[in-house]
Amino acid sequence: MSTSWWRTRKDRKIPLAMLSENEEATIVEIRGGRGFVRRLSELGFTPGTRVKILVSHSPGPTLVEIKGSRIALGKGLVMKIIVKLEACR
Amino acid sequence: MTIKIALIGNPNVGKSLIFNNLTGGRAHVGNWPGKTVERKEGKCIYRGEVVEIIDLPGTYSLTAHSIDELIARDYIVEEKPDVVIDIVDASNLERNLYLTLQLLELEANVVIALNKYDVAESLGYRIDVDTLSKMLGVQVVPTVATTKEGMKELMEAAIEAAKEKKRKVILNYGKAAEELISEIKKAILKDKKLSSKYPARWLAIKVLEEDEEVLKKVEKSPYRNEILDSSMRSRAREILGEDPEVFFAESRYDFISKILPKVLIGEKPLTLSDLLDMVFLNKYVGIPIFLAFWWALFRFTFDVSAPLSDMIDTLFSHLGKTLSSMTTNEQLASFVADGIFGGLGGVLVFLPPIFFLFFGLSLLEDSGYLARAAFVMDRIMYKLGLHGKSFIPMLLGFGCNIPGVMATRIIDSEKDRILTILINPLMSCSARLPVYILIGGAVLGSYAATGTYVMYMLGIVLAIIMALLFRRTIPYFKGKPSPLILELPMYSKPVLKSTLIHMWERGSLFLKKAGTVIFTGIIIVWFLSSHPWGVPLEKTYLAVFGRDLEPIFRPLGFDWRGAVALFFGFIAKEIVVGSFAVIFGLGEKSEIEEIQKTIRSEGVFTPLTGLAFMAFTLIYIPCIATVGAIYKETNSWKWTLFSVIYGLILAYLTSWIIIGIGHMLGYR
Repeated sequence: MSTSWWRTRKDRKIPLAMLSENEEATIVEIRGGRGFVRRLSELGFTPGTRVKILVSHSPGPTLVEIKGSRIALGKGLVMKIIVKLEACR
Repeated sequence: MTIKIALIGNPNVGKSLIFNNLTGGRAHVGNWPGKTVERKEGKCIYRGEVVEIIDLPGTYSLTAHSIDELIARDYIVEEKPDVVIDIVDASNLERNLYLTLQLLELEANVVIALNKYDVAESLGYRIDVDTLSKMLGVQVVPTVATTKEGMKELMEAAIEAAKEKKRKVILNYGKAAEELISEIKKAILKDKKLSSKYPARWLAIKVLEEDEEVLKKVEKSPYRNEILDSSMRSRAREILGEDPEVFFAESRYDFISKILPKVLIGEKPLTLSDLLDMVFLNKYVGIPIFLAFWWALFRFTFDVSAPLSDMIDTLFSHLGKTLSSMTTNEQLASFVADGIFGGLGGVLVFLPPIFFLFFGLSLLEDSGYLARAAFVMDRIMYKLGLHGKSFIPMLLGFGCNIPGVMATRIIDSEKDRILTILINPLMSCSARLPVYILIGGAVLGSYAATGTYVMYMLGIVLAIIMALLFRRTIPYFKGKPSPLILELPMYSKPVLKSTLIHMWERGSLFLKKAGTVIFTGIIIVWFLSSHPWGVPLEKTYLAVFGRDLEPIFRPLGFDWRGAVALFFGFIAKEIVVGSFAVIFGLGEKSEIEEIQKTIRSEGVFTPLTGLAFMAFTLIYIPCIATVGAIYKETNSWKWTLFSVIYGLILAYLTSWIIIGIGHMLGYR
């Protein structure tokens, strides 16, 4: 795993887009308009949920795994999902 | 007494397969009143009971945000079906139970079909069906729709549930939220009319969620001030947070994550789907793989269907000749041979390519690959101002633009959807192919195949240019396309019967068009070209009419014959080839070589004007039935008219440019 500065700090909040393929994190919040936040919350994107990047075609779409299903998220959406990484061991 | 059963479930859970299994595949397909969403209904008799099954739209949730969800919800609250069968993907319980909880909140009489049970087992999951049933207070039936396992049990459970309505579980949202709910509920119960129609607790939760549709209903209540008490609403904000709907979504998922460990054993292993996705969704080879699939699909379609089309062709011209020889009345003989059989045959030759293409596409869709194609193409499509999901309607357009236009329903944003509809007719549908073959073969010589290929590419290029142009210039489309949110289903082995039904649902749209619009069009052309009866072709109504049109097309180098063919091509492109046959007095179904020979000998087209004619055929509106589909889907005359007019202008302009460039290069 790389040692970027934010990874060394505990509880650092970062956009999901910063994760690489096969990395996992916990959702802290979803930013964006109401409709968007609701739509994602129905699909299980709620604070406290684990989310994993499966495939990233950055800057194109990203495929994430959440609550056992794969959701494709178009350009830019992964920037609006804020996650928290675990502290390094 | 009829038992009404509604089927509901997330997308990709095998709902239509279960619907087909339960109804035996016989369904009445229509639209929901006033909506463009498809409504499927089937009736059957089970142990002496008349059972009516209705297929609700696939949905993740029951909010008021999309037409699909609203339709499903309104049907359940207003029509009050006896039983709602909630089809749950056993291999993805967590996501699927979210809808279940919402159904229970709606006080629907739920029976759960735990579908794809075999998949869940093969993944190493074990589900405690009894505990799940107890915890939710509903019957749970494991099913495998692909092998029809559990269908009988499901029907039994549904009928039993219809007869004896049991008390279902009520999800508790925590003390503070429950206090709010019961306060609002109390106010709602005062309005007898409202509370007799809708479940009061559900209304209360929806009021807290600030659901637009429910708020509209409550506004009409005489007790609205009590129900929508403002002090209570500010309190709700405090307890439930900025967006109450998110609070409820979180609570439902919390509840699910609490019951899940008690009913589900096993970790999700690395599946075949994961492995396949590593390849199909690869950043570098994903698109080449897709293109390879596409090419294979087209080869398959045209190679397999060619001999079948020839058979239909031969059969119909033979039938026409045989039947017309049985009468001595010349006019009747011509009507039978050239009009009816020529017309029918001319249309039915398109059946094989269309059905094979749709079979291939349905196969790709049912296996789960098509959603992946949308994913890999999303980046390119986004740059073009479109959407990964716009891509599927485009593919269908190559078969027939009608299902192509209808398939835009999967796109959520109205703007993106209309844009996709507008450019769909530029996808060269299979009805244009015979025109390319006829004209290209007649005047392009050894470049005939290249000419056809160029037309397909021209359609795609123009679609891209138009998408970019409309996005930039039409105020309605301004802005970025809404980003993709799409669940990719697990890959699954397609079931032949279901794929065939899928193919039929799309192909029959073409068949309907063939039987009505095209057939009528061909009869009209036959009539105009043979009357007044007995005069030479140059004196027929058709020629007179064509000469009136000729000046418009003269700059493009088309004479009255080309003008007439294009005019009737507006009804359907299938008529273009037929028109030439009729005009040359060769009979509708004469051999294509004969028509080509005449085109050459009479000098109707030069290679240059032939190419321009092919381009014109490609670009202007494909057929009257597609115009109908565009109107139905956009629900607007403005957009329908726009699509027709821009198609004509673009066709004229493109042909004119082709002629201009040709002249510059010294071609005539």
